[in-house]
Amino acid sequence: MPGTDPRLLLLSPLDNVFVLRGVVEAGEKILLSGTETRVESRIGLGHKLARVVIPKGSKVMKYGAPIGSASQDIPMGAHVHTHNLISDYTPTHTLELARDEFAEASAERAAP
Amino acid sequence: MKGYPRSDGRKGIRNIVSVVYLVECAHHVAREISTPYRDVAHLIGFPGCFPNEYAQNMMEKLGTHPNVGAVLLVSLGCESFNRYQLESVIKASGRPVKTIVIQQSGGTLSAVRAGQAWVAEQAAILANASMVPMDIGELTIGTVCGGSDGTSGITGNPAVGRAFDQLVAAGATCIFEETGELIGCENIMAARAKTPALAEELRASVQKAERYYATLGFGSFAAGNADGGLTTIEEKSMGAYAKSGLSQISGLIKPGDIPPKGGLYLMDVVPDGEVRFGFPNISDNAEIVEMMASGAHMTLFVTGRGSVVGSAISPVIKIAANPHMYARLSEDMDINAGKILEGSASLDEVGTEIFELVMALASGTQSKSEMLGHTEFILTYKTFEPIGPACLPA
Repeated sequence: MPGTDPRLLLLSPLDNVFVLRGVVEAGEKILLSGTETRVESRIGLGHKLARVVIPKGSKVMKYGAPIGSASQDIPMGAHVHTHNLISDYTPTHTLELARDEFAEASAERAAP
Repeated sequence: MKGYPRSDGRKGIRNIVSVVYLVECAHHVAREISTPYRDVAHLIGFPGCFPNEYAQNMMEKLGTHPNVGAVLLVSLGCESFNRYQLESVIKASGRPVKTIVIQQSGGTLSAVRAGQAWVAEQAAILANASMVPMDIGELTIGTVCGGSDGTSGITGNPAVGRAFDQLVAAGATCIFEETGELIGCENIMAARAKTPALAEELRASVQKAERYYATLGFGSFAAGNADGGLTTIEEKSMGAYAKSGLSQISGLIKPGDIPPKGGLYLMDVVPDGEVRFGFPNISDNAEIVEMMASGAHMTLFVTGRGSVVGSAISPVIKIAANPHMYARLSEDMDINAGKILEGSASLDEVGTEIFELVMALASGTQSKSEMLGHTEFILTYKTFEPIGPACLPA
């Protein structure tokens, strides 16, 4: 992909996300299809970065296929993950969510 | 490429003696028989004492697998497994077959001695067996992934997909599976079906998996997947689905069904009917065994975390999905697909590397797990209905 940071992998020309084959640090300015874009947060190996602006409600495409819908407007160059992408099938259960639920339940038990 | 000709027209790329225990109670004797001859005698078996049509079918298909040249059945004597039928099916295939019944052989030592003598005799015959030219179109290749992480779906799995595309284009038979991890891919997969009726069958197989796993109360998305960068179940599924490449899907089979001709096939591994015997495949080797029962000469195994398994009967090629694990476990890994992450190789290049290793193994080169003597095998209880007529369009 000319004009694109070599750490970004495009799996299909239909995709609106890149997959990272290396870490991108917060504040780095990287090339996305010829456009220099500032990355706001650290993004790790195997994670996704928006190739273009992805409007809320539209499909996120990876492998040339929809992998869910944007739950908010996603700027170009942003980390695409559980905070802005939701499954069209079953909700994703993360460890953070389980921890928060556990904390809430504990707080309720502790309340008089 | 040369193969060992079999009476059903198929050809083997290996020529092993299969030593088969028909119940756990015969496992020790069978292991003692095979151990001194482990290079040529592979131990397989079924642990249960209750009869099961699926296990019977699987053993009949494995006993007549193209890589198998002779079969020794080891029975305790009172188990329910129908050894008469199994022996008769193998005999009808033209292979040497013998049954040792421990209760009628004087006990452990006598049974082991008799078994070892037979295996030694067969091994000598198999070592001198003649080979005939074999074409790539006569190969059947399966693929599974196990110990997956966030990198499997972007390196090893799509690289296997590229290798599958080359193999299918050359006329080979390729099989992929894991319908429980195709949830979310059913429509895009169905669009690749040879006929609309097959497309419906493909969709139905994924819906069955969705129901089955829901009953088990087990989601196929683990919390740890999100740490590796996976966000949704359909994303994880697409990673697994990438192993299938881009070829047209020629049919839907169930374990033990032999694809009628070259092409790409989906194997439906989720049992039919009510949930009865627990998880469909309790570990990776259960999947490999089903691939072999459908004729796989070898299996492409993509691993992110680093599985070390091989298999009895059919060699396994292990493809490391990331460079860190490859560096840790290089003595077990055949291919480093992690190079794709480092930018030192493309998906096409690794796909071609896999394709070339498939050709080398078919010509007699050993894979890492083969050289290390890995011959894992597991077979448990399942129930299947036969496939419908739309599953294998002409």
